[in-house]
Amino acid sequence: MVDSSKTLGSSQPIRRGSLYIFLRQRSTIAFMMVLPLLLIIGCLVAYPFFYSIYLSTLNKAETAFVGISNFLFLFKRETFWMVVQQSVTFALIAVVFKALIGFIAAHAVNNIPSKGQRKWRGMMLVPWVIPPALSTLGWWWLFEPTYSSFNWILEALGLSAIPWLSDTFWARFSIILVNVWVGAPFFLIMYLAALKSIPEDLYEAASIDGASAWQKLIHVTIPMMRNIISITVLFSIIVTFANFDIVRVLTQGGPRNSTHLFASYSFRVGIESGDIPLGAAVSLFMFPVLAVLAFIILRNVRQRTVNI
Amino acid sequence: MADVTLTNLHKRFDRTEAVSGIDLEIKNNEFVVLVGPSGCGKSTTLRMIAGLEEVTEGEILIGGELVNDVPPKDRDIAMVFQNYALYPHMTVFQNMSFGLRLRKYPKDDIKKRVEEAAEVLGITELLNRRPKQLSGGQRQRVAMGRAIVRNPRVFLFDEPLSNLDAKLRGQMRIEIKRVHQHLKTTTVYVTHDQVEAMTLADRVVVMNAGLIDQVGTPGELYHSPRTRFVAGFIGSPAMNFLDCELSELDGGLVVKVGSELSLPVSSGRLERYRPYVGKPLTLGIRPEHVTEERVDRDGVSLSVDVDFVEPLGMETMVYFSLAGEALCGRVAPELNPQPGQSAKVCFDTEQIHIFDRSTDLAL
Repeated sequence: MVDSSKTLGSSQPIRRGSLYIFLRQRSTIAFMMVLPLLLIIGCLVAYPFFYSIYLSTLNKAETAFVGISNFLFLFKRETFWMVVQQSVTFALIAVVFKALIGFIAAHAVNNIPSKGQRKWRGMMLVPWVIPPALSTLGWWWLFEPTYSSFNWILEALGLSAIPWLSDTFWARFSIILVNVWVGAPFFLIMYLAALKSIPEDLYEAASIDGASAWQKLIHVTIPMMRNIISITVLFSIIVTFANFDIVRVLTQGGPRNSTHLFASYSFRVGIESGDIPLGAAVSLFMFPVLAVLAFIILRNVRQRTVNI
Repeated sequence: MADVTLTNLHKRFDRTEAVSGIDLEIKNNEFVVLVGPSGCGKSTTLRMIAGLEEVTEGEILIGGELVNDVPPKDRDIAMVFQNYALYPHMTVFQNMSFGLRLRKYPKDDIKKRVEEAAEVLGITELLNRRPKQLSGGQRQRVAMGRAIVRNPRVFLFDEPLSNLDAKLRGQMRIEIKRVHQHLKTTTVYVTHDQVEAMTLADRVVVMNAGLIDQVGTPGELYHSPRTRFVAGFIGSPAMNFLDCELSELDGGLVVKVGSELSLPVSSGRLERYRPYVGKPLTLGIRPEHVTEERVDRDGVSLSVDVDFVEPLGMETMVYFSLAGEALCGRVAPELNPQPGQSAKVCFDTEQIHIFDRSTDLAL
């Protein structure tokens, strides 16, 4: 005979409260696990971002709300537009050169037999690993007008010395040069990883299909690397626009503000000149442009990922 | 269309010799399969024919022309890769037409050729898809389409079916055979699967340790293996091998496996086998020739203890030990052998193979 009450009692689920069920849900557990990261991002990114938006709407004394007056004020200032132009030119030239040099160097390293490759990879990463403020100080010594190695070499070759950091053209050139030197290894390592992920048999199939080395580059390598190229360029554009340390150490924005970028100009206006709301407005200026750029690039990357 | 001739072909990677001097003539329109275990040099040989590996020593002629130093694109060959090697960013049409576009064929001609090839392979409706949207079998068809669209002199296949499941592999084998019968292009096909080799090839080349062990039709390899390696490699399940000796008996010869088994040698083989009396030899017999007793067959019956069985429906594989060796027989399912019980099996004396143990060559 079956003891029905006992059977029923033992198989009946224990009633739990709704809070217990909520906490047992996978989505809740997942959320709880990422919560510390969300809090860190909230503290270090979201809060400063929204706070700087708030600051940019205040007057110089930070006592009154002025709406978009700070932005309107900036639009009327010639120096600001010079900084916009400089930042765009600087970012475009620097990113193009970093991408090109990184691409060529990645191919060169990829073609080194694997035995010696690690050594070269390590050496080529050095500029990226050294803190930029420190390495820029080294460059500052190299550019120094009287005793620098560059000018010493030029003079030894019978050429005239170059005012690296005091002439507008050469100062801009120097800043881009140092930025490319620091940033190219990042492209190198990203492109190298992308190159290594391309299956060798695609190149072999292309060889049999009749592709030359150039055609393999155009029809196999670049399409296969496109997502990495896009993301690397996007990332680099963002950090290049926001560059501060190279300008700060090398030229402090001079001569005559001709090497200021958004970050260094924002520092000059906000910290050195004591107009923090105006500095916040400068630093926020590129945000919509970069956000749109990031949206377009990431959307293309996502579409390609779905198709390929 | 072209002959392919390999003469004293060697390939060395640093200190390792992958191919140790092979000679092979592949006739025009012929379907030749290179088969062998991993590391036997079959893929390296194919890659040397394709021009993807440099030849260390020897000659490769395609259509009578020495191609050792000719780049792959100028050899007029097409290759189907193990992993398909389809360009993931291109559609099926673009994949198939890539070689033609690089060679600057007129657009109309490209379209016509691709559509014709797609029709032959039944992939017309897939032309606008990308490889990611295709199944394994469809990708394999596209890879074949890319090869046939150029109408090359030679097709090269590098283990093209090894990534497919068993059912699809069977279908694609038929597909490849059908395409070859339709196009009649000289084909070199590499596989480690002897079933593929036997079913597809006009001639099979069995390779072992960088050398060719035997070249022959599937029937020749099955019935008259030249070496013990070939005998063991061709056929599934593999041939049974037992140490044996030849002895004289009443003017005839018997193959003696210890004290347990004596198989009389048929009169047609007596003269060939007689010089090997008393020498250490190996007896080879395929599972399909170790069966239940049959009225239509001459053989020697033996009662054996069954270790385990594999019922396959149409037949049952029965495993047992003899003279310290594990053997496999193939019996009718009605016999219903059971592990631990004894069963009577019959060795077909007409189907035995004897190998010299010192050289592993067949007598």
